[in-house]
Amino acid sequence: MDSTQTLSTEHVNIDVGDMTDTDQFLTFMLAGEEYGVDILRVQEIKGWDAATTIPNTPEYLRGVINLRGTIVPIIDMRIRFGLEKLDYGPLTVVIVLKVDNEEKSRVIGIVVDGVSDVYNVPEDEIKDSPDFGSSVDTEFVRGLATIDKKMVIVLDIDHMFNSGDFEIMDSCVDE
Amino acid sequence: MAIDMSQFLGTFYEESFEGLEIMETELLNLDSGTADSEIINTIFRAAHSIKGGSGTFGLNDVANFTHVMETLLDEMRDGRREVTQEAVNLLLGSVDVLRDMLSSLRAEEDLDIERVDDMKKKLDFLLESSDSVGQTSPEKTADEVRDTDGSEWKITFRPFPGMLQTGNDPVRIFKELESLGRLEVLSDISKLPSFEQLVPEDCHISWEINLKGNASRDEIDEVFSWVEGDCELEIIAVNSGAKDDEKENKSVTTSLPASSGKPEKHRKPKTSDSGSIRVSIDKIDDLINMMGELVITQSMLSELGGVEEFTTVHVEKLQDGLVQLERNTREMQENIMRIRMLPISFVFQRFPRLVHDLSEKLNKKIELVMSGEQTELDKTVMEKIGDPLVHLVRNSIDHGIESPEKRKLSGKPESGVIKLNAFHEGGNIVIEIIDDGAGLDRDKIIAKAVQNNIINEDETLTDERVYELIFSPGLSTADKVSDVSGRGVGMDVVRRNIRDLGGTVEVSSETNKGSIFTIRLPLTLAIMDGQSVSVGNEIYIIPLVSIVESVQVMSDDIKGVAGKASLYRLRDEYIPIVRLHDVFSVGTECQELEQGLLVVVEGEGIKIALFIDDLLGQQQVVIKSLETHYKKVKGISGATILGDGTVALIIDVAGLIRLSRTELDVTKDVVDDGSEIAA
Repeated sequence: MDSTQTLSTEHVNIDVGDMTDTDQFLTFMLAGEEYGVDILRVQEIKGWDAATTIPNTPEYLRGVINLRGTIVPIIDMRIRFGLEKLDYGPLTVVIVLKVDNEEKSRVIGIVVDGVSDVYNVPEDEIKDSPDFGSSVDTEFVRGLATIDKKMVIVLDIDHMFNSGDFEIMDSCVDE
Repeated sequence: MAIDMSQFLGTFYEESFEGLEIMETELLNLDSGTADSEIINTIFRAAHSIKGGSGTFGLNDVANFTHVMETLLDEMRDGRREVTQEAVNLLLGSVDVLRDMLSSLRAEEDLDIERVDDMKKKLDFLLESSDSVGQTSPEKTADEVRDTDGSEWKITFRPFPGMLQTGNDPVRIFKELESLGRLEVLSDISKLPSFEQLVPEDCHISWEINLKGNASRDEIDEVFSWVEGDCELEIIAVNSGAKDDEKENKSVTTSLPASSGKPEKHRKPKTSDSGSIRVSIDKIDDLINMMGELVITQSMLSELGGVEEFTTVHVEKLQDGLVQLERNTREMQENIMRIRMLPISFVFQRFPRLVHDLSEKLNKKIELVMSGEQTELDKTVMEKIGDPLVHLVRNSIDHGIESPEKRKLSGKPESGVIKLNAFHEGGNIVIEIIDDGAGLDRDKIIAKAVQNNIINEDETLTDERVYELIFSPGLSTADKVSDVSGRGVGMDVVRRNIRDLGGTVEVSSETNKGSIFTIRLPLTLAIMDGQSVSVGNEIYIIPLVSIVESVQVMSDDIKGVAGKASLYRLRDEYIPIVRLHDVFSVGTECQELEQGLLVVVEGEGIKIALFIDDLLGQQQVVIKSLETHYKKVKGISGATILGDGTVALIIDVAGLIRLSRTELDVTKDVVDDGSEIAA
């Protein structure tokens, strides 16, 4: 590998392969647990700002905010996960995410306790989450990753915001 | 394909549809008069560009079909054929077929080959019968003689990929061919590989050439002699009678699915209508000018920002700058809104054809007069107003205008007049549909309404109220149901559509003089006049158009029904009170009706009194959709951003009424009675 000639094409391929197999995750804290989302889905991180409540919507939907002219819904992850409510402080942050479903992509903000870190996680190090039975719904968990002996719960945000109880995007409302 | 043709394909379709519209309009002009070469030329040009475009994109079905039309038009243009009503109608029919072909191609559906073939046969038949039709001028016979001389050739020229390397240039070949007669070349680029795989020295294009003129087979062979062995070449004479011609056309069409399969695949990703808009260059220039001014203001302000010691002089400058900035922004906003505005002629232009077809079908003589076609309105509004307008015009033709005999009897000119008029009034656009027909038959409407249990027999009604009845579901006064109108499903839909757009429709009528339908629409759906109201800590916007009035509550006027629902007596009406804070579950200290205000709103013919804390102010609001990133919320039509950057929700009055209905069910009977007295 000391000269360009010995740099085999095989080696280059592995390099490229490594790049694509590693995903970068932004992690955030929620009641002492660390959750990760695909960093490419993160549009921005901003401080908490008062939101306009929308009548007759679930409690976890805190309302909508004006994000440079776009109306963006804000979801409190603690309430969504059925965790204890926490008063919003100066450290409370909103992570603005792009969420896709079949038809289009939407922008949604999630309220979390705090942003933690950015990690490179190789694809094969994300383990399938164990079956907790009916006690915990793991539907929206893409997998678990271990980073520095800590466990990070990797979320599948597309799935999470498009299905089940958490579904917020059914565009058709029964009249 | 070498270049991603799909991006041009959208433009092609758009232009073709425009071309078809031009053809239609001009054909209708032809209709009334004799052959005007200018008009025929216009039609010919439109047909020709569709043919050219479709050939380029490998849509050979369309190209072949248009070719036949073009031939017919060509003969008319040269005066070889008389412009008969028959021919015009056939061409109008062909325009329809062509439009359907293009629509189904755009939607990537299968073509209705049978219908196309059928129409093509009709055209061919008309072309064949050229001998019998029209005056036979010596010039024409000469032409024919030449034609039968065996001088029309169909050449299929498919070069092998390596042909260019032998130094042969197809362009030179075509130039040579051109010297032999009139040349029509269709190129087939379906074999082009994708750009990455394209070898520039290879030739992947093949051509279909139609040569008319005095050329002999030998002459053509000579032109192609250099490329012999480097290409597939087929030279066929196409003069030995029209039958051969037809056969060939057929063989082309049947072989098509295979050849058009390729480009089809490329188009897949872009199926949906991109929803583009054509903007006149003036509007863009205005915007650019304004942008320039904005940049100047910006640089002026940023210069001030760099000042170290800020004195009163600078403050003055800053104020000037801000004023200028405000003006620039407002002008910019107005101009950007104007981009979405299109002249209403886009809707109007379909009516000449409609009137032409319908009057023929119903044996009525009708003249269509249009004015104010240049009146502009928002594209979205325009798209939605088309169908209701068509319905109203059809109604006027069917019900309004009488038959020529009847008109004569009542001392009117035989041909009726339908006027379409559009103009701006305030922030609205007004569209009038005026006919000079029989007018609405008051007695007939009442009879029908009684029959349908819409009103009671012994009710005395004002004229307005009677005319209003025609918008009720299930009411039609047409004696017999035709496929034009009379099923009684139309008018209520018309009214609902118009109301959905935030507009109104009114009718006035005079017996034997005619009736006038007046539609009023907001100019745009993007900006709306709103009244902001407060409930607790929340601010909501109520569309100004739906507000009837706002009143302070007099406790004497609050009535209860069964101890539950409360009603408010407004003059002689009882209106159910809906507490907005209840419906929207908002905490407020203002619980007693006397503390707040009632805003009487109307939606879908029902009035309710909204109980709110306070009125804040009226303002123009820019409507933003909640659905873009969230979903539709009952009772809310959208959101807007207030001056301080926060979001306020806009109330959907009709939806709110429906939402509160669940609570109002108790008082439903009262509501119905109330609304009837009200209306």
